[in-house]
Amino acid sequence: MSVAIVDYGSGNLHSAQKAFERMARERGLNAPVLVTADPDVVRKADRIVLPGVGAFADCKRGLVGVPGMVEAMTEAVRGRGRPFLGICVGMQLMAGRGLEKETSAGLGWVPGDIDLIRPADPALKIPHMGWNTLDVTRDHPVLAGIPTGPKGLHAYFVHSYHLTATAADVVLAEAAYGTRVTAMIARDTMVGTQFHPEKSQTIGLSLIGNFLEWRP
Amino acid sequence: MTFKIRIIPCLDVKDGRVVKGVQFVDLIDAGDPVEAAKAYDAAGADELTFLDITASSDDRRTMFDVVTRTAEACFMPLTVGGGVRTVEDIRALLQSGADKVSINTAAVNDRAFVGRAADKFGDQCIVVAIDAKKVSGEGEADRWEIFTHGGRKPTGIDAVAYAREVVALGAGEILLTSMDRDGTKSGFDLKLTRAIADSVPVPVIASGGVGTLDHFVEGVRDGGATGVLAASVFHFGTFTIGEVKRHMQTAGLPVRMDGIAV
Repeated sequence: MSVAIVDYGSGNLHSAQKAFERMARERGLNAPVLVTADPDVVRKADRIVLPGVGAFADCKRGLVGVPGMVEAMTEAVRGRGRPFLGICVGMQLMAGRGLEKETSAGLGWVPGDIDLIRPADPALKIPHMGWNTLDVTRDHPVLAGIPTGPKGLHAYFVHSYHLTATAADVVLAEAAYGTRVTAMIARDTMVGTQFHPEKSQTIGLSLIGNFLEWRP
Repeated sequence: MTFKIRIIPCLDVKDGRVVKGVQFVDLIDAGDPVEAAKAYDAAGADELTFLDITASSDDRRTMFDVVTRTAEACFMPLTVGGGVRTVEDIRALLQSGADKVSINTAAVNDRAFVGRAADKFGDQCIVVAIDAKKVSGEGEADRWEIFTHGGRKPTGIDAVAYAREVVALGAGEILLTSMDRDGTKSGFDLKLTRAIADSVPVPVIASGGVGTLDHFVEGVRDGGATGVLAASVFHFGTFTIGEVKRHMQTAGLPVRMDGIAV
């Protein structure tokens, strides 16, 4: 089984690669983890990961700027149902539109906009930066064995925008931050995390391990 | 409160080694920043900050290596600062495994750099480090100014106005150090922290002056910080991360206790 981490000039690729390699080892999987800008490698991969750090529009331009990459990802994930994990802006890019700094189109794999977090309590700071627990809306294999809810483990968030106006069945987990912040999404063979699993110690590594073992 | 206060150990790194000294029990090499980072990761720190105090560009490559090796071993958030001057510096640090970069002097010299960096990498990844010193005299209204060069060089820039300005340009977080308190163990400058925290909508990390467990609580409760950063009290083992968190929890502040024995 091969894992392709899409390199489009954005994201902490090195951290993501190391986290996936570690969990492949811990779960006893023979899974080379490739950081790649080659659409053919992505097309043939058994798992596809889209990381992302930065502004939505800038990341989208970077992704479109890799010739053939969006087509390869779409074919593998939407066409052939390869398991996909979007991380932070990588998850946001799955949406229809991003409204950060400028309005730009996402991949349109899930409905909704990436809009500013608007906590009811004005004392809450934006970015939503730090550790928060997950309120899960339903079971999902990538969450197997992970303690969630107010007494559960914390995940690391660092973002000002999140997915809104989406279909209710898309949202897999939320975080409370003066409003409901979309923390995880899932549809078909796709999963997205607004937090950074590769930076979330135990909870993040468990989720990555589960994603590697997921057979949708 | 639904968010958790962040406890952030800071490691000053020079030529690939931790300076100011680190004294951990069971640490094979206390001067290796990666070993120190691993110890803090295991201890339940919420983030780590590396401050590169190296001058030459050759040694800067050593810092990238430190960040790379840390990111391979520690799956936790990492902020790196010191000598960040260009968009390329930021890109290289992020590619090495940093999650946020901290800009100090370069932002004082060229405010627009903050905007360029935030447009490129997102506000959430741009920390502006402010070193401030009280300049108002006895009986005057409180006033703090920005100092550069480790607190030696005055700039005449008002700290509160500067914080507002860099946040408007895209800084996603302020790392606020009181030069008056740094190293004194007499507690954070709470008036300064409160003045900045009340002036900007982004998180403020209090730094400079922690000496007791109560100081951590005060920085949040009285200063309005959402993160507290300290160096020597952690390095020398005065307090563990767990002790600080338990103390804050007892004081009614929300902290993340994952992996920490209650």
